[in-house]
Amino acid sequence: MFHTTIGNIGHLCIILSFVASVIATFGYFKSVQTIDLVQQESWKRFSRYAFYVHSAAVVGVIASLFSIIYNHYFEYHYAWSHSSKALPVYYIISCFWEGQEGSFLLWIFWHAVLGIVLINTNKHWEAPVMAIFAAVQTFLCSMILGVVLPVIDLKIGSSPFLMMREAMPDLPIWQMKPDFIAEDGRGLNPLLQNYWMVIHPPTLFLGFATTLIPFAYAMAGLWRREYSAWIRPALPWALFSGLVLGVGIIMGGYWAYETLNFGGYWNWDPVENASFVPWLVLVATYHCMIIYKTNQTALRTSFILVIATFILVLYSTFLNRSGVLGEASVHSFTDLGLSGQLLIYLLFFLLIAVGLLAWRWKEVPSDEKEVSTYSREFWIFMGATTLCLSAFQIIAATSLPVYNKIVEGLGFVSKLAPPADAATYYSKFQLWFGVGIAVFSGIGQSFWWKKIKQENFAKYFLTPVLASLILTFVVIFFTTKSQTGDFFGSPTYIVLLFGGIFSILTNGSILFDIFKGNYKLSGGAVTHIGVAMMLLGILFSSGYSKVVSINTAGFNISNDKSFTDNNGKENKENVMLWLNTPQKMDNYTLTYKGVRVEGRELPDYLRPEQVEIIENDFHAVALQDIEQKGKKYYSKGDTLPVFPENKYYEIDFRDKDGRVTTLYPRFQINKKMGNSVSPALKRNLGTDLYTYVALAPDLDQREWSKTEDYNIAVKDTFFLNDYVAVLDNVTRVNEFEGKPLGANDAAVQATIKVMGKEFIQYEIKPTFVIRNGMVAMPPIENNEVGIRAKFTNIDPKTGKFGFAFNTTQRDYVVLKAIEKPLINLLWIGTLVLMVGFTMAIIRRYREFKLMRDKGL
Amino acid sequence: MKKTHIFGLIVIAIAVAILVSTGTEASTYTDFADAEVKAKSGDVNQVHVVGKLKKSATGDIEDLIYNPAIDANHLEFTLTDNKGRSQKVVYNAPKPQDLGKAEQIVIIGSMEGQVFKCEKILLKCPSKYQDGNAEFKEVEKPAKQS
Repeated sequence: MFHTTIGNIGHLCIILSFVASVIATFGYFKSVQTIDLVQQESWKRFSRYAFYVHSAAVVGVIASLFSIIYNHYFEYHYAWSHSSKALPVYYIISCFWEGQEGSFLLWIFWHAVLGIVLINTNKHWEAPVMAIFAAVQTFLCSMILGVVLPVIDLKIGSSPFLMMREAMPDLPIWQMKPDFIAEDGRGLNPLLQNYWMVIHPPTLFLGFATTLIPFAYAMAGLWRREYSAWIRPALPWALFSGLVLGVGIIMGGYWAYETLNFGGYWNWDPVENASFVPWLVLVATYHCMIIYKTNQTALRTSFILVIATFILVLYSTFLNRSGVLGEASVHSFTDLGLSGQLLIYLLFFLLIAVGLLAWRWKEVPSDEKEVSTYSREFWIFMGATTLCLSAFQIIAATSLPVYNKIVEGLGFVSKLAPPADAATYYSKFQLWFGVGIAVFSGIGQSFWWKKIKQENFAKYFLTPVLASLILTFVVIFFTTKSQTGDFFGSPTYIVLLFGGIFSILTNGSILFDIFKGNYKLSGGAVTHIGVAMMLLGILFSSGYSKVVSINTAGFNISNDKSFTDNNGKENKENVMLWLNTPQKMDNYTLTYKGVRVEGRELPDYLRPEQVEIIENDFHAVALQDIEQKGKKYYSKGDTLPVFPENKYYEIDFRDKDGRVTTLYPRFQINKKMGNSVSPALKRNLGTDLYTYVALAPDLDQREWSKTEDYNIAVKDTFFLNDYVAVLDNVTRVNEFEGKPLGANDAAVQATIKVMGKEFIQYEIKPTFVIRNGMVAMPPIENNEVGIRAKFTNIDPKTGKFGFAFNTTQRDYVVLKAIEKPLINLLWIGTLVLMVGFTMAIIRRYREFKLMRDKGL
Repeated sequence: MKKTHIFGLIVIAIAVAILVSTGTEASTYTDFADAEVKAKSGDVNQVHVVGKLKKSATGDIEDLIYNPAIDANHLEFTLTDNKGRSQKVVYNAPKPQDLGKAEQIVIIGSMEGQVFKCEKILLKCPSKYQDGNAEFKEVEKPAKQS
């Protein structure tokens, strides 16, 4: 039975929301264009209802899609491709936005919410602002419309309510069984099954959605020729947008740090860059808006930057969703064939905005007088320019695949590829922009709060510069002494270190001064300190991250030039750990203790011999009683939920003082994007230890050697897999596989001792059983020495015992470990930044409210 | 000339410098023959080469050398580029876990003598469910650490 009703309701709601947004756009447009006040008001009221209908329809779409996913209606393509029965309830919500359609919906939803907030907080600007809002909603709704225009056969949008049959009509199953419904879905990408992925996308999309507000206000200002009044209501929103988008980006970085194995929080991937660039421009924008509020300059720049921010958001949407990035990005969305529609969306608003600004350009007031170098405007403007240049550099390099497409479109061949070493390439520029931002934020804030003139300029800055220089050298001294890093090997780092310290000192002293007066005004200083801390955190954690898993085993198979270059370091950055064999690595002694299984409702990991995982399910059967942390969770034979796709490698890190930390790096069988490796982190105040398993043998697929038969007596010594082995004893046992034997049964167990590496002894105990007249000789495996043994024969005449052995590669992992010094400065800096932003938003919103209530 | 103009000129100069460096430092998609020519002419930029691994009838990769017991950080294999030239490739990092499953791979690096020294491997894995739609997965050899 197909559940067709819910999908039809959902699709109807999409069409309704689309139509209502068209009506609202038209109505609000009429309201702005009409001169008659009564008519204006009536158009406005009409369009407001249209927007409410639109918002209600959007909620209807979301509710329908959610209930399809939640109830596992796998006849729907969206539910089938993004969810599965095995998924815990708290991740069901992430399925919603895994696909492109769902993430569009999330975006539309935020716009609807923000639109309603604006309608109810600012009546004066309602008509023009909401006209822009409704127009944007029209475009976004068209992306999920899923309607084929008759006659010209043009498909508009991709609906999330497609049935499997409609989405994949070529599957042969439809001929055989037209009412086929998949048993289970493909599931949510396991990499996204993480709490950050529940909150990161909504935050990021709220950030994107809020960039529309300053844009809509700017357009409204141009439209109604109120060139400066829009700044006040737009400013708190611009700040709010900066906060939310910034936090969203950092959340993504933090998730990457914890989950992906590229060794950090930022990979200069186009998807990351595309969200970071609008944020940089947005930050530049509200600095210009603040300049205008206090000094009536930079109004034209504010217009340009507000427009640029919004257009960059559209451009990044185009990059990530049109498929133009193709192989340049790992995690862009799959192409839904929307590139044409996305391009029209981008060009429409680009033309409208640029056209309107050009049309009104002459009327926009500008300040012709020369800007003094000794004014706060000058220094803030320098900072904003640095931010824009930084954004320009990132977007210029990220757009390389776009240039290829354009050149190919003109009939030429272009084979540009992204820079081979993205981190080095981008850092080369961004380091200097970082220095600029730090230094200008310090100088700008000082000019803002102090009366600095040409005469006292030198006097004022002498102290902070000297103090920063001294502190810089103190930090360099301690960095070198603790062997964290070598600043003299990379002089540019010294400049950034100085910039960060200078920014903290100057902003700190200002913060101290304002706090004595009115602390509510100190948002700027606090935010800038946060930024400087983040820059220093990035400098240390990335610039001085250190590989500690240097291979000291001394093996070097070749003296080839490529091996000996760079002091042979290159081919030594990963260590190999044999199961249960301690290995020295830098300041630690490491021991790989085996593979672990993750139970869904257990505090600790499970050993593989404790459970047997049921194939194609997310449950396992307990093979023994499971007791953890002093509490019994399951009895033998119980079924328990597990995460079957995740494997963990238990690794002990013993430091010089004998303290042991156990880390569990993860290996994930990921059917959606190939298997993936996640790190385990040991978080310390100063330095994080970051480790992941670069390679592990697939234990299910390993090959055993040919069977070798041995006939030996007790205490005989022999060789097994290159180890010395002894048949220690053979005894009679009364139990087999945990069950007592019957009266006519018998069992004999042999103990074979194997001397492993480092003289560690292992025991293998195969059993020979006669039960109910049948002989059984179950194989016993030992992964530590790679031996499988069967007890095959007992010869009472000679007193010898028969064994069959197979050998294989011993269990091992190849591990990489990196130390990340002072990475916590980055995270703490982020928190400080958030506090500063919030203070600034509250202050600017109060200003707006005060003036609005006065009727200004 | 006004100060604003000087300022504007400086900004434009930096922007142009950025564009030029983007153009010159971008890598290119190419083949082994071209990579060899580039390396011989002293071009130090790394290139992208797209190619296929030689596989036996049973699906094993031929000419693959990786023995973690001796050196976990050394992988050698032979790649055939789109023009049909086969080339020995050396990758100084552990073997990417899904190498055997990849239909097509992209290697990023440069020719050094008779071998291609590879810094990064991109795997194009056949996705189980998306009919014909391959997805790229990045395996990055971690940046050189000092």
